[in-house]
Amino acid sequence: MSKNKFKSLALIVVGTAAVVGCASLPSSAELDAQAQAMLKASFREEGIATMQRLDQDLGQKACSGAEAPSEAVSKQIEAESLASVKWPTGGQYLGDWKEGEKLAQNGRGMTWTDKSADPKGNGASCYNCHQIGPAEVSFGTIGPSLYNYGKLRGVKDVADPASAPIVQYTWGKLWNSKAYSACSNMPRFGHMKLLDEEQIRHLMALLLDPRSPVNQ
Amino acid sequence: MRRGWLALCVALCSAAPALAQKTAADGIAEYRKLLADGNPAELFEAKGEDLWKQKRGPKNATLQACDLGKGPGVVKGAFVELPRFFADTGKVQDLESRLLTCMSTLQGLDAAAIAKTPFGRGEQSNMEALAAWVASESRGARMNLPQGHAEERRMYEMGKRAFYFRGGPMDFSCASCHGTEGQRIRLQDLPNLTKNPGDGIGFAAWPAYRVSSGELWSMQRRLNDCFRQQRFPYPGYASDVTVALGVYMGVNAKGAESIAPAIKR
Repeated sequence: MSKNKFKSLALIVVGTAAVVGCASLPSSAELDAQAQAMLKASFREEGIATMQRLDQDLGQKACSGAEAPSEAVSKQIEAESLASVKWPTGGQYLGDWKEGEKLAQNGRGMTWTDKSADPKGNGASCYNCHQIGPAEVSFGTIGPSLYNYGKLRGVKDVADPASAPIVQYTWGKLWNSKAYSACSNMPRFGHMKLLDEEQIRHLMALLLDPRSPVNQ
Repeated sequence: MRRGWLALCVALCSAAPALAQKTAADGIAEYRKLLADGNPAELFEAKGEDLWKQKRGPKNATLQACDLGKGPGVVKGAFVELPRFFADTGKVQDLESRLLTCMSTLQGLDAAAIAKTPFGRGEQSNMEALAAWVASESRGARMNLPQGHAEERRMYEMGKRAFYFRGGPMDFSCASCHGTEGQRIRLQDLPNLTKNPGDGIGFAAWPAYRVSSGELWSMQRRLNDCFRQQRFPYPGYASDVTVALGVYMGVNAKGAESIAPAIKR
Protein backbone atom coordinates (compact mmCIF):
# COMPACT_ATOMS: atom_id res chain seq x y z
CA MET A 1 0.00 0.00 0.00
CA SER A 2 1.39 3.40 -0.98
CA LYS A 3 1.69 6.09 1.64
CA ASN A 4 -1.01 8.22 -0.04
CA LYS A 5 -3.40 5.33 -0.34
CA PHE A 6 -2.87 4.53 3.31
CA LYS A 7 -3.51 8.15 4.23
CA SER A 8 -6.84 8.30 2.37
CA LEU A 9 -7.88 4.98 3.86
CA ALA A 10 -7.05 6.31 7.30
CA LEU A 11 -9.16 9.40 6.55
CA ILE A 12 -12.10 7.22 5.54
CA VAL A 13 -11.77 5.25 8.76
CA VAL A 14 -11.65 8.46 10.79
CA GLY A 15 -14.54 9.88 8.83
CA THR A 16 -16.65 6.78 9.36
CA ALA A 17 -15.88 6.84 13.06
CA ALA A 18 -17.02 10.46 13.17
CA VAL A 19 -20.34 9.63 11.49
CA VAL A 20 -20.92 6.70 13.83
CA GLY A 21 -19.97 8.98 16.70
CA CYS A 22 -22.59 11.51 15.64
CA ALA A 23 -25.16 8.74 15.43
CA SER A 24 -24.46 7.47 18.94
CA LEU A 25 -26.79 8.46 21.73
CA PRO A 26 -26.23 11.38 24.10
CA SER A 27 -25.16 10.61 27.66
CA SER A 28 -27.70 9.21 30.09
CA ALA A 29 -27.84 12.52 31.98
CA GLU A 30 -28.45 14.40 28.72
CA LEU A 31 -31.23 11.94 27.82
CA ASP A 32 -32.78 12.51 31.26
CA ALA A 33 -32.82 16.26 30.61
CA GLN A 34 -34.31 15.74 27.15
CA ALA A 35 -37.04 13.51 28.61
CA GLN A 36 -37.95 16.20 31.14
CA ALA A 37 -38.20 18.78 28.37
CA MET A 38 -40.28 16.37 26.28
CA LEU A 39 -42.78 15.87 29.11
CA LYS A 40 -43.11 19.62 29.67
CA ALA A 41 -43.75 20.17 25.97
CA SER A 42 -46.10 17.21 25.48
CA PHE A 43 -48.59 17.80 28.30
CA ARG A 44 -50.89 20.71 29.01
CA GLU A 45 -53.10 21.71 31.91
CA GLU A 46 -56.68 20.42 31.77
CA GLY A 47 -59.22 21.22 34.49
CA ILE A 48 -57.88 20.23 37.92
CA ALA A 49 -54.96 18.35 36.31
CA THR A 50 -52.32 21.09 36.41
CA MET A 51 -48.78 20.95 35.02
CA GLN A 52 -47.48 20.99 38.63
CA ARG A 53 -48.43 17.33 38.71
CA LEU A 54 -45.28 16.67 36.70
CA ASP A 55 -43.04 18.33 39.31
CA GLN A 56 -41.53 15.39 41.16
CA ASP A 57 -40.67 15.25 44.84
CA LEU A 58 -37.67 13.27 46.12
CA GLY A 59 -39.49 9.94 46.24
CA GLN A 60 -41.18 10.27 42.87
CA LYS A 61 -37.89 11.17 41.24
CA ALA A 62 -35.90 8.42 42.96
CA CYS A 63 -38.51 5.80 42.04
CA SER A 64 -38.68 6.75 38.34
CA GLY A 65 -36.31 4.14 36.98
CA ALA A 66 -36.25 0.45 36.20
CA GLU A 67 -33.86 0.07 39.15
CA ALA A 68 -34.74 0.84 42.78
CA PRO A 69 -32.91 3.74 44.44
CA SER A 70 -29.93 3.16 46.75
CA GLU A 71 -30.44 1.93 50.30
CA ALA A 72 -29.51 5.35 51.66
CA VAL A 73 -32.00 7.23 49.46
CA SER A 74 -34.72 4.69 50.26
CA LYS A 75 -34.12 5.15 53.98
CA GLN A 76 -34.26 8.92 53.59
CA ILE A 77 -37.58 8.75 51.71
CA GLU A 78 -39.03 6.43 54.33
CA ALA A 79 -37.87 8.59 57.25
CA GLU A 80 -39.21 11.80 55.71
CA SER A 81 -42.49 10.09 54.82
CA LEU A 82 -42.95 8.72 58.33
CA ALA A 83 -42.22 12.14 59.81
CA SER A 84 -44.92 13.63 57.57
CA VAL A 85 -47.71 11.36 58.82
CA LYS A 86 -50.49 13.24 60.56
CA TRP A 87 -51.84 11.03 63.32
CA PRO A 88 -55.61 11.05 63.95
CA THR A 89 -57.13 13.84 65.97
CA GLY A 90 -57.82 12.75 69.55
CA GLY A 91 -56.31 9.31 68.88
CA GLN A 92 -59.53 8.28 67.12
CA TYR A 93 -58.36 5.68 64.59
CA LEU A 94 -61.53 3.89 63.56
CA GLY A 95 -64.68 4.99 61.76
CA ASP A 96 -67.47 3.02 60.09
CA TRP A 97 -66.47 -0.06 58.07
CA LYS A 98 -69.59 0.29 55.87
CA GLU A 99 -68.42 3.71 54.72
CA GLY A 100 -64.96 2.19 54.30
CA GLU A 101 -66.33 -0.49 51.96
CA LYS A 102 -68.02 2.20 49.84
CA LEU A 103 -64.76 4.12 49.58
CA ALA A 104 -62.82 0.95 48.77
CA GLN A 105 -65.20 0.25 45.87
CA ASN A 106 -65.05 3.81 44.54
CA GLY A 107 -62.26 4.54 42.06
CA ARG A 108 -63.25 8.11 41.25
CA GLY A 109 -61.36 11.32 41.62
CA MET A 110 -58.43 13.53 40.66
CA THR A 111 -58.61 13.05 36.88
CA TRP A 112 -58.90 15.92 34.43
CA THR A 113 -62.59 15.05 33.99
CA ASP A 114 -63.31 15.47 37.72
CA LYS A 115 -64.66 18.88 38.65
CA SER A 116 -63.05 19.23 42.06
CA ALA A 117 -59.97 17.94 43.88
CA ASP A 118 -61.84 18.03 47.22
CA PRO A 119 -61.24 14.64 48.94
CA LYS A 120 -64.99 14.41 49.70
CA GLY A 121 -65.56 13.57 46.03
CA ASN A 122 -62.78 10.97 45.88
CA GLY A 123 -62.85 7.23 46.26
CA ALA A 124 -60.00 5.15 47.66
CA SER A 125 -59.78 2.73 44.70
CA CYS A 126 -58.73 -0.11 47.04
CA TYR A 127 -60.34 -2.94 45.06
CA ASN A 128 -58.43 -1.86 41.96
CA CYS A 129 -55.35 -3.46 43.51
CA HIS A 130 -56.39 -5.48 46.58
CA GLN A 131 -58.64 -8.34 47.54
CA ILE A 132 -60.51 -7.09 50.63
CA GLY A 133 -64.09 -8.12 51.47
CA PRO A 134 -65.11 -11.70 50.62
CA ALA A 135 -68.21 -10.60 48.64
CA GLU A 136 -66.24 -8.72 45.97
CA VAL A 137 -64.72 -11.00 43.33
CA SER A 138 -63.70 -8.15 41.03
CA PHE A 139 -60.47 -7.19 42.74
CA GLY A 140 -56.99 -6.43 41.47
CA THR A 141 -53.74 -8.12 42.40
CA ILE A 142 -51.16 -5.30 42.24
CA GLY A 143 -51.22 -5.12 46.04
CA PRO A 144 -51.40 -8.00 48.54
CA SER A 145 -54.71 -9.50 49.64
CA LEU A 146 -56.18 -7.68 52.63
CA TYR A 147 -58.82 -10.31 53.34
CA ASN A 148 -58.78 -11.09 57.07
CA TYR A 149 -56.34 -8.20 57.52
CA GLY A 150 -57.09 -7.55 61.21
CA LYS A 151 -57.88 -11.12 62.11
CA LEU A 152 -54.59 -12.45 60.74
CA ARG A 153 -52.76 -9.84 62.78
CA GLY A 154 -54.55 -10.84 65.97
CA VAL A 155 -56.61 -7.65 66.34
CA LYS A 156 -59.58 -8.63 68.51
CA ASP A 157 -60.07 -5.26 70.17
CA VAL A 158 -58.61 -2.14 68.57
CA ALA A 159 -58.55 -0.36 71.95
CA ASP A 160 -56.31 -3.09 73.40
CA PRO A 161 -52.76 -1.67 73.78
CA ALA A 162 -51.47 -4.91 72.24
CA SER A 163 -53.16 -3.86 68.97
CA ALA A 164 -51.57 -0.39 68.98
CA PRO A 165 -48.54 -1.18 66.76
CA ILE A 166 -50.62 -2.67 63.95
CA VAL A 167 -53.30 0.04 64.26
CA GLN A 168 -50.64 2.77 64.01
CA TYR A 169 -48.82 1.05 61.16
CA THR A 170 -52.09 0.77 59.20
CA TRP A 171 -52.85 4.46 59.70
CA GLY A 172 -49.32 5.39 58.64
CA LYS A 173 -49.55 3.14 55.57
CA LEU A 174 -52.83 4.74 54.48
CA TRP A 175 -51.58 8.26 55.20
CA ASN A 176 -48.19 7.88 53.53
CA SER A 177 -47.39 4.43 52.12
CA LYS A 178 -43.81 5.46 51.40
CA ALA A 179 -43.09 5.58 55.14
CA TYR A 180 -42.57 1.83 55.07
CA SER A 181 -41.53 1.21 51.46
CA ALA A 182 -39.87 4.03 49.54
CA CYS A 183 -41.18 3.06 46.12
CA SER A 184 -44.50 1.51 47.12
CA ASN A 185 -47.03 1.46 44.29
CA MET A 186 -49.71 2.61 46.72
CA PRO A 187 -50.84 6.25 46.64
CA ARG A 188 -50.19 8.46 49.69
CA PHE A 189 -53.83 9.04 50.57
CA GLY A 190 -53.45 11.43 53.48
CA HIS A 191 -50.22 13.10 52.47
CA MET A 192 -51.41 13.95 48.95
CA LYS A 193 -54.87 15.01 50.19
CA LEU A 194 -56.61 12.25 48.24
CA LEU A 195 -58.65 11.38 51.33
CA ASP A 196 -59.35 13.27 54.54
CA GLU A 197 -58.96 12.02 58.11
CA GLU A 198 -62.57 10.89 58.39
CA GLN A 199 -62.36 8.85 55.19
CA ILE A 200 -59.15 7.19 56.36
CA ARG A 201 -60.85 6.29 59.65
CA HIS A 202 -63.53 4.49 57.64
CA LEU A 203 -60.89 2.51 55.71
CA MET A 204 -59.19 1.67 59.02
CA ALA A 205 -62.49 0.22 60.26
CA LEU A 206 -62.93 -1.82 57.08
CA LEU A 207 -59.51 -3.40 57.68
CA LEU A 208 -59.38 -3.64 61.47
CA ASP A 209 -62.88 -3.65 62.98
CA PRO A 210 -63.61 -7.23 64.10
CA ARG A 211 -67.20 -6.67 62.90
CA SER A 212 -66.07 -5.82 59.36
CA PRO A 213 -66.73 -8.61 56.81
CA VAL A 214 -63.00 -8.46 56.09
CA ASN A 215 -62.36 -10.08 59.48
CA GLN A 216 -65.16 -12.63 59.53
CA MET B 1 -69.77 -2.66 31.84
CA ARG B 2 -68.22 -3.60 35.18
CA ARG B 3 -71.71 -4.50 36.38
CA GLY B 4 -72.15 -6.68 33.31
CA TRP B 5 -68.89 -8.40 34.09
CA LEU B 6 -69.94 -9.02 37.62
CA ALA B 7 -73.21 -10.54 36.54
CA LEU B 8 -71.25 -12.75 34.19
CA CYS B 9 -68.88 -13.73 36.96
CA VAL B 10 -71.69 -14.56 39.31
CA ALA B 11 -73.14 -16.73 36.60
CA LEU B 12 -69.90 -18.44 35.70
CA CYS B 13 -67.93 -18.59 38.92
CA SER B 14 -68.25 -20.32 42.20
CA ALA B 15 -68.31 -18.00 45.20
CA ALA B 16 -65.10 -19.19 46.87
CA PRO B 17 -62.65 -16.29 46.37
CA ALA B 18 -59.59 -18.48 45.78
CA LEU B 19 -61.44 -20.38 43.11
CA ALA B 20 -63.23 -17.32 41.75
CA GLN B 21 -59.90 -15.69 40.97
CA LYS B 22 -59.17 -18.32 38.34
CA THR B 23 -62.68 -18.96 37.08
CA ALA B 24 -63.49 -15.25 36.86
CA ALA B 25 -60.62 -14.86 34.41
CA ASP B 26 -61.84 -17.92 32.54
CA GLY B 27 -65.28 -16.40 32.36
CA ILE B 28 -63.90 -13.21 30.89
CA ALA B 29 -61.84 -15.16 28.35
CA GLU B 30 -65.04 -16.93 27.32
CA TYR B 31 -66.86 -13.60 27.09
CA ARG B 32 -64.11 -12.18 24.89
CA LYS B 33 -64.19 -15.25 22.66
CA LEU B 34 -67.92 -14.84 22.14
CA LEU B 35 -67.40 -11.16 21.29
CA ALA B 36 -64.57 -11.85 18.88
CA ASP B 37 -66.93 -13.92 16.75
CA GLY B 38 -67.90 -10.71 15.00
CA ASN B 39 -65.60 -7.77 15.58
CA PRO B 40 -67.34 -4.46 14.77
CA ALA B 41 -63.87 -3.03 14.08
CA GLU B 42 -64.48 -4.33 10.54
CA LEU B 43 -66.95 -1.51 9.98
CA PHE B 44 -64.27 1.03 10.88
CA GLU B 45 -61.73 -0.73 8.68
CA ALA B 46 -64.08 -0.53 5.69
CA LYS B 47 -64.68 3.17 6.33
CA GLY B 48 -60.93 3.73 6.60
CA GLU B 49 -60.22 2.00 3.31
CA ASP B 50 -62.82 4.23 1.59
CA LEU B 51 -61.33 7.33 3.17
CA TRP B 52 -57.83 6.36 2.00
CA LYS B 53 -59.02 6.27 -1.61
CA GLN B 54 -61.37 9.22 -1.42
CA LYS B 55 -60.43 12.66 -2.79
CA ARG B 56 -60.76 15.02 0.15
CA GLY B 57 -59.57 18.29 1.61
CA PRO B 58 -58.68 21.65 0.01
CA LYS B 59 -56.34 19.83 -2.40
CA ASN B 60 -59.04 17.32 -3.37
CA ALA B 61 -56.55 14.45 -3.18
CA THR B 62 -56.54 10.87 -1.93
CA LEU B 63 -54.07 9.47 0.60
CA GLN B 64 -52.84 6.87 -1.87
CA ALA B 65 -49.46 8.59 -2.23
CA CYS B 66 -48.96 8.62 1.55
CA ASP B 67 -45.65 7.08 2.64
CA LEU B 68 -46.16 5.13 5.86
CA GLY B 69 -42.53 4.04 5.88
CA LYS B 70 -42.43 1.39 3.19
CA GLY B 71 -42.78 3.75 0.24
CA PRO B 72 -45.65 5.86 -1.16
CA GLY B 73 -48.94 3.97 -1.14
CA VAL B 74 -47.59 0.84 0.57
CA VAL B 75 -49.96 -0.01 3.41
CA LYS B 76 -49.42 -3.74 3.86
CA GLY B 77 -46.91 -4.40 6.62
CA ALA B 78 -46.46 -0.70 7.45
CA PHE B 79 -48.25 -0.80 10.80
CA VAL B 80 -45.90 -3.31 12.46
CA GLU B 81 -42.91 -1.07 11.68
CA LEU B 82 -44.35 2.08 13.27
CA PRO B 83 -43.33 4.37 14.94
CA ARG B 84 -40.23 4.93 12.78
CA PHE B 85 -38.05 7.79 11.51
CA PHE B 86 -39.22 9.78 8.46
CA ALA B 87 -36.64 11.78 6.58
CA ASP B 88 -39.15 14.28 5.12
CA THR B 89 -40.34 15.46 8.54
CA GLY B 90 -37.06 14.68 10.32
CA LYS B 91 -39.06 13.03 13.07
CA VAL B 92 -39.97 9.65 14.47
CA GLN B 93 -43.71 9.30 13.88
CA ASP B 94 -46.36 6.85 14.94
CA LEU B 95 -49.24 5.81 12.70
CA GLU B 96 -51.47 8.70 13.65
CA SER B 97 -48.88 11.47 13.57
CA ARG B 98 -47.80 10.14 10.16
CA LEU B 99 -51.40 10.11 8.90
CA LEU B 100 -51.68 13.71 10.14
CA THR B 101 -48.65 14.60 8.00
CA CYS B 102 -50.19 12.96 4.93
CA MET B 103 -53.60 14.55 5.48
CA SER B 104 -51.87 17.91 5.73
CA THR B 105 -49.35 17.66 2.88
CA LEU B 106 -51.42 15.64 0.38
CA GLN B 107 -54.95 16.81 1.14
CA GLY B 108 -54.29 20.24 2.60
CA LEU B 109 -56.19 19.48 5.82
CA ASP B 110 -55.25 21.43 8.96
CA ALA B 111 -53.15 19.06 11.09
CA ALA B 112 -53.18 21.33 14.15
CA ALA B 113 -56.97 21.60 14.02
CA ILE B 114 -57.33 17.82 13.74
CA ALA B 115 -54.95 17.33 16.69
CA LYS B 116 -57.19 19.64 18.76
CA THR B 117 -60.43 17.87 17.79
CA PRO B 118 -61.86 15.67 20.57
CA PHE B 119 -61.64 11.91 20.01
CA GLY B 120 -64.53 10.44 18.07
CA ARG B 121 -65.61 13.72 16.45
CA GLY B 122 -65.10 15.24 13.01
CA GLU B 123 -61.75 14.44 11.41
CA GLN B 124 -60.79 12.45 14.52
CA SER B 125 -63.48 9.91 13.68
CA ASN B 126 -61.98 9.70 10.19
CA MET B 127 -58.56 9.31 11.75
CA GLU B 128 -59.63 6.34 13.86
CA ALA B 129 -61.13 4.65 10.79
CA LEU B 130 -57.92 5.22 8.83
CA ALA B 131 -55.84 3.88 11.73
CA ALA B 132 -58.11 0.83 11.96
CA TRP B 133 -57.72 0.09 8.26
CA VAL B 134 -53.95 0.57 8.11
CA ALA B 135 -53.54 -1.64 11.19
CA SER B 136 -55.78 -4.33 9.71
CA GLU B 137 -53.51 -4.50 6.65
CA SER B 138 -50.80 -5.89 8.95
CA ARG B 139 -53.00 -8.35 10.82
CA GLY B 140 -51.02 -11.52 11.46
CA ALA B 141 -47.67 -9.80 10.85
CA ARG B 142 -45.12 -9.53 13.65
CA MET B 143 -44.01 -6.33 15.35
CA ASN B 144 -40.73 -5.27 13.82
CA LEU B 145 -39.96 -1.62 14.56
CA PRO B 146 -36.72 -0.35 13.03
CA GLN B 147 -34.00 0.90 15.39
CA GLY B 148 -31.39 1.66 12.74
CA HIS B 149 -31.65 5.45 12.89
CA ALA B 150 -30.12 7.26 15.85
CA GLU B 151 -33.33 9.22 16.36
CA GLU B 152 -35.27 5.94 16.64
CA ARG B 153 -32.89 4.78 19.35
CA ARG B 154 -33.10 8.15 21.10
CA MET B 155 -36.89 8.01 21.08
CA TYR B 156 -36.73 4.53 22.61
CA GLU B 157 -34.72 6.03 25.47
CA MET B 158 -37.23 8.89 25.76
CA GLY B 159 -40.08 6.38 25.87
CA LYS B 160 -38.38 4.31 28.51
CA ARG B 161 -37.93 7.37 30.71
CA ALA B 162 -41.55 8.41 30.19
CA PHE B 163 -42.68 4.87 31.02
CA TYR B 164 -40.99 4.92 34.42
CA PHE B 165 -41.76 8.59 35.20
CA ARG B 166 -43.67 8.80 38.47
CA GLY B 167 -45.79 11.80 39.14
CA GLY B 168 -49.22 13.20 39.86
CA PRO B 169 -51.21 13.02 43.09
CA MET B 170 -51.17 9.20 43.07
CA ASP B 171 -47.45 8.69 42.27
CA PHE B 172 -48.31 6.54 39.27
CA SER B 173 -46.09 5.76 36.30
CA CYS B 174 -46.90 3.47 33.36
CA ALA B 175 -44.77 0.90 35.19
CA SER B 176 -47.07 0.99 38.24
CA CYS B 177 -49.54 -1.13 36.26
CA HIS B 178 -47.52 -2.42 33.30
CA GLY B 179 -44.09 -3.18 34.74
CA THR B 180 -44.71 -6.66 36.18
CA GLU B 181 -46.06 -9.99 35.05
CA GLY B 182 -49.45 -11.48 35.85
CA GLN B 183 -51.18 -8.61 37.63
CA ARG B 184 -54.72 -7.30 37.35
CA ILE B 185 -56.66 -4.11 37.98
CA ARG B 186 -60.01 -5.34 39.22
CA LEU B 187 -60.52 -8.25 36.80
CA GLN B 188 -58.56 -6.68 33.96
CA ASP B 189 -55.29 -8.44 33.12
CA LEU B 190 -52.36 -6.05 32.83
CA PRO B 191 -49.71 -6.78 30.21
CA ASN B 192 -46.07 -6.29 31.17
CA LEU B 193 -45.02 -3.73 28.56
CA THR B 194 -41.34 -3.66 29.51
CA LYS B 195 -40.90 -6.78 27.36
CA ASN B 196 -42.77 -8.70 24.66
CA PRO B 197 -46.07 -9.45 26.42
CA GLY B 198 -47.06 -12.05 23.80
CA ASP B 199 -48.97 -12.23 20.53
CA GLY B 200 -51.88 -9.83 20.21
CA ILE B 201 -51.35 -8.32 23.64
CA GLY B 202 -50.64 -4.68 24.53
CA PHE B 203 -49.09 -2.69 21.69
CA ALA B 204 -49.95 -5.48 19.21
CA ALA B 205 -53.70 -5.13 19.93
CA TRP B 206 -54.44 -1.40 19.47
CA PRO B 207 -56.35 0.16 17.70
CA ALA B 208 -59.21 -1.85 19.17
CA TYR B 209 -62.99 -1.86 19.25
CA ARG B 210 -64.24 -1.26 22.77
CA VAL B 211 -67.48 -3.05 23.49
CA SER B 212 -68.11 -1.02 26.66
CA SER B 213 -68.32 2.25 24.76
CA GLY B 214 -69.04 1.00 21.24
CA GLU B 215 -66.06 2.99 19.98
CA LEU B 216 -62.93 2.30 18.00
CA TRP B 217 -59.99 3.44 20.08
CA SER B 218 -56.69 4.27 18.42
CA MET B 219 -53.37 3.91 20.25
CA GLN B 220 -53.35 7.67 20.83
CA ARG B 221 -56.73 7.45 22.51
CA ARG B 222 -55.66 4.45 24.59
CA LEU B 223 -52.61 6.33 25.84
CA ASN B 224 -54.71 9.41 26.52
CA ASP B 225 -56.98 7.37 28.80
CA CYS B 226 -53.98 5.79 30.54
CA PHE B 227 -52.69 9.26 31.39
CA ARG B 228 -56.15 10.33 32.57
CA GLN B 229 -56.24 7.41 34.98
CA GLN B 230 -52.65 8.11 35.95
CA ARG B 231 -54.02 11.53 37.04
CA PHE B 232 -51.49 13.30 34.82
CA PRO B 233 -52.13 16.52 32.90
CA TYR B 234 -53.44 16.18 29.34
CA PRO B 235 -51.11 14.68 26.69
CA GLY B 236 -51.18 16.48 23.35
CA TYR B 237 -52.46 14.40 20.43
CA ALA B 238 -49.48 12.90 18.60
CA SER B 239 -47.15 14.66 21.06
CA ASP B 240 -43.58 13.44 21.50
CA VAL B 241 -44.32 11.61 24.74
CA THR B 242 -47.03 9.51 23.06
CA VAL B 243 -44.78 8.69 20.10
CA ALA B 244 -41.83 7.88 22.39
CA LEU B 245 -43.99 5.49 24.42
CA GLY B 246 -45.07 3.88 21.15
CA VAL B 247 -41.43 3.30 20.23
CA TYR B 248 -40.67 1.86 23.68
CA MET B 249 -43.65 -0.50 23.71
CA GLY B 250 -43.34 -1.42 20.04
CA VAL B 251 -39.63 -2.24 20.17
CA ASN B 252 -40.15 -4.25 23.37
CA ALA B 253 -42.92 -6.19 21.61
CA LYS B 254 -40.65 -7.23 18.74
CA GLY B 255 -41.88 -10.53 17.31
CA ALA B 256 -45.38 -10.27 18.76
CA GLU B 257 -48.14 -10.98 16.26
CA SER B 258 -50.37 -7.97 15.61
CA ILE B 259 -54.11 -8.66 15.88
CA ALA B 260 -55.07 -4.97 15.62
CA PRO B 261 -57.77 -3.84 15.48
CA ALA B 262 -58.58 -6.18 18.35
CA ILE B 263 -61.80 -6.34 20.34
CA LYS B 264 -61.79 -5.27 23.98
CA ARG B 265 -64.38 -5.19 26.68
